[in-house]
Amino acid sequence: MNEQSTITRITKNGYFKYFSKKIMWLGITLIAAVILNFFLPRLMPGDPIAGIVSRVAQGVYDQAALQDMYERYERAFGLDRPVLEQFFIYIGNLLRGDLGLSFSRYPRPVADIISSALPWTLALQFPAIIVGWTIGNVLGALAAYIRRAFDKTLMPLMLFVGGVPAFGMAVILLSIFAINLGWFPVAGGYAFDMIPHASWAFFMSAIDHWWLPFLSIVLIAIGGQALGMRSMSIYELNADYVKYSRYMGIKDRKIVRYVFRNAMLPQVTGLALQIGTMIGGAIVAEIIFSYPGLGTTIMLAIRTGDYPLISGATLIITIMVLLVVFILDIIYGLIDPRVKASQFE
Amino acid sequence: MKNHIRQVLRSGKFMTGFIIIMLILLLVAVYPLLNPGNPLEMIGYNSFVKPGVYFSLYDSLDMESRHVYRFRLEGADELRIYNKFGTEDRIAVKEWLVRYGEREGVPGLTEEEIDVDDRYQLLDLWWEHYDPTLRLGMTIAASRVYQRLDARVAGIFNLEDYNVYTIWNEELEEYEVHQTTVVNDDYVNVNDIANRIWLPLGTENFGRDVMKQLVHAIRTSLMIGLVAGTIATAIGLLLGLVAGYVGGIVDDIIMFFTNLFTVIPGIVLLILISYSIGQEQRGAMTVAVVIGLTSWIWTARSVRSQVMSLRSRDHVNLSKLSGHSMPRIVVRDILPYVASYVVMAFVLQVSSGILAEAGLSMLGLGPKTTDVPTLGLMMNWAMRYTAHLMGAWWAYYPVVGVIALISFSLNLMNTGLDQVFNPQLREG
Repeated sequence: MNEQSTITRITKNGYFKYFSKKIMWLGITLIAAVILNFFLPRLMPGDPIAGIVSRVAQGVYDQAALQDMYERYERAFGLDRPVLEQFFIYIGNLLRGDLGLSFSRYPRPVADIISSALPWTLALQFPAIIVGWTIGNVLGALAAYIRRAFDKTLMPLMLFVGGVPAFGMAVILLSIFAINLGWFPVAGGYAFDMIPHASWAFFMSAIDHWWLPFLSIVLIAIGGQALGMRSMSIYELNADYVKYSRYMGIKDRKIVRYVFRNAMLPQVTGLALQIGTMIGGAIVAEIIFSYPGLGTTIMLAIRTGDYPLISGATLIITIMVLLVVFILDIIYGLIDPRVKASQFE
Repeated sequence: MKNHIRQVLRSGKFMTGFIIIMLILLLVAVYPLLNPGNPLEMIGYNSFVKPGVYFSLYDSLDMESRHVYRFRLEGADELRIYNKFGTEDRIAVKEWLVRYGEREGVPGLTEEEIDVDDRYQLLDLWWEHYDPTLRLGMTIAASRVYQRLDARVAGIFNLEDYNVYTIWNEELEEYEVHQTTVVNDDYVNVNDIANRIWLPLGTENFGRDVMKQLVHAIRTSLMIGLVAGTIATAIGLLLGLVAGYVGGIVDDIIMFFTNLFTVIPGIVLLILISYSIGQEQRGAMTVAVVIGLTSWIWTARSVRSQVMSLRSRDHVNLSKLSGHSMPRIVVRDILPYVASYVVMAFVLQVSSGILAEAGLSMLGLGPKTTDVPTLGLMMNWAMRYTAHLMGAWWAYYPVVGVIALISFSLNLMNTGLDQVFNPQLREG
């Protein structure tokens, strides 16, 4: 067998191993997430059914009627069965896309509430994360390359901006640009006198409300990414191969291209890993703007003790993050030859 | 080691961060001594009282006459008039001018031409344009509103003496009406007034002193960060050392859980666990422990990979050959090499612990609200009671500022340490 075909075979084999391993991990984490999502909220002290009954049955004093109502709700939510049976029913329902009924907005299904909140969160988060990541990396690379005053002012600024929590940035932007200057609306995802529908006016109103939450996430993402890219680039610029290339008389521009390509690689994994934290932080920022996304939904669910809604929402977030991380892993495997090589170690 | 410490102390970044943290700690230590008391005590009847020194109006009117002094100050009357022309009245004047200012023979005014802050211009325009006899298509009620406004505008020039009537309780349990005349040249010394309170940051929605609360909140939040950081670093270090050094099946099991929790977002775990604990059981320390238990993953991963590369170094092999026990090898031959990383990870864990608490509290999953204030709870209260819409900046800006400052200085310290321990990162 000649050398060429051996390499091809190993490469193909490597990809296959890499992807199947990643898919297996995706499956295992998903199962673990579902188990955590089911059992943790059910450990909470207190009786959620009693909460609903007392809210629904205001003014009913007949003890037998209350007892009957309680049992009816218990049956409706399946809480009268053993926990293990509940779990399998939950899994079965989950596979059909049924996340159960919300306690606080009974009888609205959880899946319905989440699917009306999810587009808002997605429309806010993904552009923000991508834009923040791109700008951050460019700034970080420039700071590492230019140095001097640019780096001296940018670095502390980025450290500070990156350290502001997402909700803090949201509050600052809100009070400056929405309340004091009145450039943007103060709260919500669209004008309060509108109902969501496909029209130009609604779209414009949604864009109007989108800017500030978007900026608050972008600024923080820029801070964090710029710092990471800066230190990666400095690390690479000081590496031996750069010095060697300089002594060889290779043009600076060519070296720089290699340096930043190498520095980018960890940043791609960084993106995958930070998406979890970014989404978490940005969810809290939604609350400040009363943005109709998952964050606000979770907060309202927590206030009303609505655990089907809480576990539904956290499950969706987990799935979202898992999928993004998985996709980035696959892309990473394709662009970095070292990853598949590592499968043979 | 000694050399490293000397370099750390010489690092400008580390020292700047360190000094900021020390100043914050100094504030936390000293302020409660100067201003003792329960930070959650509701001292005010009003919500969102703005920052400043407040002194009892009652005491200042009730003062014996020898405490009242007369001054003739230049410009006092102008200042008085200036202050009396309040924001609401000025906005109302502007509204009237824009809407009804245009009449026959009188040119109209646009929004941009009138500056609400220019009191003299507003007064001039008002007198020039306003005529109480004209109805201008308003309802009677609306025109009355403007007539009253006109009266108020005229009233701000009233600089006559006040007559204040106080009911004086004599020793003989007799009531007697005293009349005090307050002349506009009368002054009292603030130090003579019995009851004064200084609210550097005003009060919040429940009428509690924001500054006092903030200082206590910083302390609690720093403690939460420290506890969470210590727990996370300890677990991460232990698991990383064990997984990396022992290897084999132990490593596989630890790495299984580590991989699992790397992809499940931390905030989801935090939400689920905090929710399952329940509001009543969630003290500040419980929250700290929960944060610590969910954030060890990265430390464990990095320590493991470092230990794995150290395991086959010569000095470790030599120790093994000499028959040293495993704990001894780990502590004496491996730990010193990962120590610098662990210190840096700890600093970051503290800062992310503080942020995590704040995020949880914003979601309504923070420590229970009756116990101690934390930075997150203060933020949550300010937002729930719409401090930002009421213009009560003092209820949330200081909190955001402090959180940002703490995490900035901790990150700065971390960067400084990084440059000392990884010479490749040093600026040329």
